[in-house]
Amino acid sequence: MSDDLRSPPSGASGDVTRRRLMMGLPLAGAAICGVAFWKMLAGMQSGSFNPHDINAPVTGRPVPVFTLADQIPGTGFSTADLRALSKPVLINFFASWCIPCIAEMQALLDLQKRLPIWGVAYKDKPDNAAGLLKHAGNPYARIGSDREGRVAIDWGVSGVPESFLIAPGGTIIWHSAAGLDNDEVAAGLDGTLKRIGG
Amino acid sequence: MSGKSVFRRVLLPLLVVVSIGGPVVALAVDDPSEMLPDPKQEARAEAIGAQLRCLVCQNESIEDSSAGLARDLRKVVREHVSAGESNRQVIDWMVARYGNFIRLSPPVTIATLLLWGMPVLALVTGLVAALLVFRRRPQATPLSAAEQARLDELTRGD
Repeated sequence: MSDDLRSPPSGASGDVTRRRLMMGLPLAGAAICGVAFWKMLAGMQSGSFNPHDINAPVTGRPVPVFTLADQIPGTGFSTADLRALSKPVLINFFASWCIPCIAEMQALLDLQKRLPIWGVAYKDKPDNAAGLLKHAGNPYARIGSDREGRVAIDWGVSGVPESFLIAPGGTIIWHSAAGLDNDEVAAGLDGTLKRIGG
Repeated sequence: MSGKSVFRRVLLPLLVVVSIGGPVVALAVDDPSEMLPDPKQEARAEAIGAQLRCLVCQNESIEDSSAGLARDLRKVVREHVSAGESNRQVIDWMVARYGNFIRLSPPVTIATLLLWGMPVLALVTGLVAALLVFRRRPQATPLSAAEQARLDELTRGD
């Protein structure tokens, strides 16, 4: 009786190469995936990569067409008002029910000394929005009311607070989907302002 | 009725119905008043909404989510559908405001090519691997005279 019915008779050196390849390729694949995953995690920790970022494609665009009613204690505004601007202005969506909005009020109060800020009360009762501004201070030169939240959708707002820097002529040139603090203002907003000579 | 037959007669069919019908029922909106009166249009609005990401919860579609923004976007979708816009037009409207992130299935671009090509890539890799393995398997050598004799001896008994 032959003792090796299924013997691998020849090509021993070719087999070794193939075996090494079969072992090596999955390992190399796993290594590449591992490095990529580690880079993603490192980016999430340092803040350079955020999988939740919506990256709404708003910068470089003209402001959408809208009209906002007055919100006490300010007056509402529309697309035409933004297009008629000769100086940059910051549009800030806020609500009295939004804790990060209340947290960013101090930074806005500091900022409005050198950059006019126009507020949009997002899905807020007029009395509640007015109450917040009375209590926390009012950083806004003008305030519109977006009770239904429909204007915010046209702006690409996914949640308050959200801020847009508008260049003269009505172009969005900078956008932040998070609450502003002094660091964020210094890191992002001021650079853009300097670039346009504002 | 024993416990087992209750399971067989009542619970099992119920489970089947729920597991088949569940995904459809889950697409229902929060409030029936949100729905369009025309069932055809409503079905189309639900199909569009199921492809749009809720930007608040992010891993749910706007049809599944009960977030305020999702409700607003559902309303927008229904307005556009009843105005007679195509599915493509409604999705483009959303993408113009929120970018491709709002689409639950990303469009095919250079950046997503690997993602979309992965099933084909996996299939081809598997086929090539299988082919290599099968081609390597050596043919069985024919039986020797002694083996043939032994086989004959064993099978003759029947």
